[in-house]
Amino acid sequence: MLFDYRSSFLLFAAVALLGGMMSVAHADDDDDESGHKSVVSNAKWQAECGSCHVAFPPRLLPAESWRAMMSGLDKHFGNDASLEAPDELEISAFLEKHASKRKHESTAKPLLRITETRWFTREHREVAESVWNNPKVKGPANCAACHIQAESGDYRERNIKVPR
Amino acid sequence: MSRLISIPGILFAAFAGLAVQPAVAETPSQILASVESSAKAAPGSKGFSAARGEQFFRTTHGNDWSCASCHTDNPAATGKHAKTNKVIQPLAPSANPERVTDPAKVAKWFKRNCNDVLGRVCTPQEQGDVLVYLLGIKKWGGHHVV
Repeated sequence: MLFDYRSSFLLFAAVALLGGMMSVAHADDDDDESGHKSVVSNAKWQAECGSCHVAFPPRLLPAESWRAMMSGLDKHFGNDASLEAPDELEISAFLEKHASKRKHESTAKPLLRITETRWFTREHREVAESVWNNPKVKGPANCAACHIQAESGDYRERNIKVPR
Repeated sequence: MSRLISIPGILFAAFAGLAVQPAVAETPSQILASVESSAKAAPGSKGFSAARGEQFFRTTHGNDWSCASCHTDNPAATGKHAKTNKVIQPLAPSANPERVTDPAKVAKWFKRNCNDVLGRVCTPQEQGDVLVYLLGIKKWGGHHVV
């Protein structure tokens, strides 16, 4: 009986949240990937994606990449990041809705690594190898090492501080 | 008449359902008790041991990582994700009262992290050993004398 309440509540919550997200107007800088402050947010996305790494802004990958990513969470770059179905559904919907609408390089398989997009390589071409290898950075997945406001979705130039 | 009775009844049921939902908060000992009942059902159950939990926590189990790779050797301290460097809040409830209060969260992380560390799910015995170890840790990293 309790379980019934629970699953129906989750379903209700998922539908309500989806509805809420759909009604949010498009007044954001979705298509601008050049380091502006990200304004779209979702509590589940922030909590779940953000527990192991910065919750990467949805605009950094196209929808088909997010779809592929979310369908393989049990093997997420070598780690098990699996979610309960309602959470997976909600986060997928959020990511796909706010995904990059740019024409991305057409690859046989959707790109899963943000660091492999042309945009990322272009934006980070001046970053020396020694910066990526700095133990305080550890690699390009650690946005917050240099983008000191990354947690709040702010990747602007003025908020970059490369650790020494 | 029956309609008048049933509508508040339905509303009450709906609200009761909502009210218990958001976080099914439990105490760490309630969660431990539920793991204990699963462990007892398994053959070879031997009771939980903090010492065994600590040993399990600190050693690798065939893969590159141990629990301590991210959570450090002191679960009352702040950890760091071994790959991304993301800060991980302390695991021991004495240092972080949110820990071990949400059964769904406990189950989610045991599933994921056991898959990463052992390449399989952890047995209730292993989970219980680790839990009694975590629950026995004092804020400064020592152990409660039980």
